[in-house]
Amino acid sequence: MNGMWDALTGLGDQLSAHVILSAAAIALGIAVALPLAVWASRSEKVARASLAFASLVQTIPALALLALFFPILLSLRAVFGEGLPTLGFLPALLALALYALLPILRNAVTAQANLDPGVMEAAAGVGMNFRQRLLLVEAPLAAPYIMAGIRTAAVWTIGAATLATTIGQKSLGDPIFAGLQTQNWVLVLAGCIASAGLALVADTLLGLIERGFRERRRGLWLGGLLVVALGVIAALFAQFGGGDDEDRVVIGAKGFSEQYILARLIGQQLEAEGFAVEYRDGLGSAVAHSAAASGDIDVYVDYTGTIWTNQMKREDNPPRDEMYAQIVEWETEKTGMQVLGRLGFENAYGFAVRTETMQMRGLESIEDLANVAREMTVGGDPEFFERPEWIAVRDAYGLRFAEQRNFSPTFMYNALQSGEADVIGAYTSDGRIEADDLFILDDPRDAFPNYDAVLLLSPEASRDEALVGALRPIIDSIDVAAMREANYSVDREEDKLSFDEAARRLAERAGL
Amino acid sequence: MPEPVLTFSGVSKAYGPTRAIDALDLAIEAGSFVALVGASGSGKSTLLKTVNRLVEPTTGSVTFDGDDVAGLPLAGLRRRIGYVFQSIGLFPHMSVAENIAIGPRLAGERLPEDRIGKLLEWVELDREMVDRMPDELSGGQRQRVGVARALAAEPQLLLMDEPFGALDPVTRDALGERVRKLHEELGLTTVMVTHDMAEALLLADRVLVMDAGRIVADETPQSLVAGAGGEIAQALVAVPRHQAERLAELSA
Ligand SMILES: Nc1ncnc2c1ncn2[C@@H]1O[C@H](COP(=O)(O)OP(=O)(O)OP(=O)(O)O)[C@@H](O)[C@H]1O
Ligand SMILES: [Mg+2]
Repeated sequence: MNGMWDALTGLGDQLSAHVILSAAAIALGIAVALPLAVWASRSEKVARASLAFASLVQTIPALALLALFFPILLSLRAVFGEGLPTLGFLPALLALALYALLPILRNAVTAQANLDPGVMEAAAGVGMNFRQRLLLVEAPLAAPYIMAGIRTAAVWTIGAATLATTIGQKSLGDPIFAGLQTQNWVLVLAGCIASAGLALVADTLLGLIERGFRERRRGLWLGGLLVVALGVIAALFAQFGGGDDEDRVVIGAKGFSEQYILARLIGQQLEAEGFAVEYRDGLGSAVAHSAAASGDIDVYVDYTGTIWTNQMKREDNPPRDEMYAQIVEWETEKTGMQVLGRLGFENAYGFAVRTETMQMRGLESIEDLANVAREMTVGGDPEFFERPEWIAVRDAYGLRFAEQRNFSPTFMYNALQSGEADVIGAYTSDGRIEADDLFILDDPRDAFPNYDAVLLLSPEASRDEALVGALRPIIDSIDVAAMREANYSVDREEDKLSFDEAARRLAERAGL
Repeated sequence: MPEPVLTFSGVSKAYGPTRAIDALDLAIEAGSFVALVGASGSGKSTLLKTVNRLVEPTTGSVTFDGDDVAGLPLAGLRRRIGYVFQSIGLFPHMSVAENIAIGPRLAGERLPEDRIGKLLEWVELDREMVDRMPDELSGGQRQRVGVARALAAEPQLLLMDEPFGALDPVTRDALGERVRKLHEELGLTTVMVTHDMAEALLLADRVLVMDAGRIVADETPQSLVAGAGGEIAQALVAVPRHQAERLAELSA
């Protein structure tokens, strides 16, 4: 219980970021929906088109909508210049505002359509012009319904804003995603409780304003509005009151434990050298690479095989050093990023089976696996089966499984233990391989490429000599045993370490 | 003969195949009290609305005080005309006082409290009612607020579309007399739509009978009672006459 309390009280920063993001998205939603509703009340066509559009947006899963804004904003840089952010607040704001549009628009349009025609005729008949009709009659009569729409939008937006974490925006999703990653349920629960609590508070306050409009009690809606405004101001103050954050080094991390730990390790190194840092955690693999190329993040850890197949679209599989050299050259030429060096360990893909399965089936290599695959279920993280590496291995060995299932990286190992999967696409630096006594099948045909961990710097960061100097000691300092241990220390069921603590211990072990 | 304050020349209004008003010509003199009667759907409301341009005629023109209304600024035109709506149309979010004061408010004036009280008195409502909301009034009370609202901006022309429909007969009678008296005192020109021929005969100087978008009778009450105006008009006059005869029989 104490842990929960600590987890909750540690969420102040995420809470204020969440409040600001949600409030801004709802405000933008209102700013777009209301004029649109007025226009719609004058034109049947506009009403139909705008409602159809808003409903269509609603059918896109929030996670996908958030992710979609990355390429959209990236392409808009042609118009608005390189300064346009493609990750973080802006795309989260735009996606959530689109999401908030429907309930507000629908209620506003319905409210206007249901206005008493006799009253509207009288409004015109007593000599009101368009503006006066809108302000003196339509707005006050539609206000309670519009407010009900805003209330629905607020609850949706606050919930969906937790997903903004995946595109690098701080929110109450941070503890949820980090907790899911490491099966730290206290953290997950703390994030859920905080965002649900925020939604409840917002719902209650907006409900008061709605009632104030409905019962025409000015004190009630003014009071509600005041409290909402104070809450947002407090959040703004908490978020931006403490000085500028222009010069911060932004460290990116993809959504798995090793990345969280390495990001903290990099952060601690830089802080020790006097840099201010900020984290963008839980990024998708492709997003992380483009984010660094575009300068939205300054530094992150990637893997040679990932860049080779996903970014360079290569299908051949050259030896380690040759691949590394080609990647360094390609990044310099194509993205302007600097590959500072290899960290010293590999986090490759491999097929992992339980030792029992290995013995029972006599499995040594993927060739053996291919013979019995038809009777087996293969598990992988949601990215795995989409990746060219999987396709390469599948084709190289002619793998045909009975069933193919997606799990989050963490649950994959549980699935293997419980028999829901017989073999999983695992990461070789994962601490659970040793802890769970798993066996990694050989890859005699070299179908999986190398996955040396490398440190990448954005073009701008690579020109910052002090930064480069501070990061250089990390190169070649971490071996796979150390990484596995650090990963296990945050992934294990009991006695979990925080990412910060795991990073500190890893740094110590690496002699940093 | 006084100048006509309101003229309709060749006014038609078509809704698809329906001709709500059909090539109608009419002149109404300043200061007259005109009753407009006719069956439901005969075009009475539509005709009234062409004056303040809530309805734009398909063809023909309406002049008010010598000007074609089509050329007048809408808001100004409407503020010069007191209009009592068939659907009443009180603003549900405004108090009785705010409803009555809306016309002057739009013109940037504040209607003094005792003027609002006076208007309420004219329509036989209690001054205490000023702070009530429309949904706290009876149907008849609402109609009377509607009449007070129409008179608030001191119009020259009063157009009333069935203003007394929801009133009990006693109040209706009293209010009819009242409006007639106000019409004299304020020097108004009044057009009142009603279903009740007896009311029309007793209050108006001139009774128009509409049928299918045309005026089929245009008579003084005296000549109507004397049998003029044609078949449709006489059918309407027959109703109160028959009632009066039966009442006379009862008392005999
Ligand atoms: N907006 C409209 N669209 C289509 N038809 C209309 C419209 N307004 C009126 N009409 C038609 O025009 C004709 C005249 O309607 P109007 O309202 O003027 O009748 P009325 O004499 O006032 O009837 P009532 O005594 O029932 O109020 C009717 O046939 C009606 O259906
Ligand atoms: Mg009518």
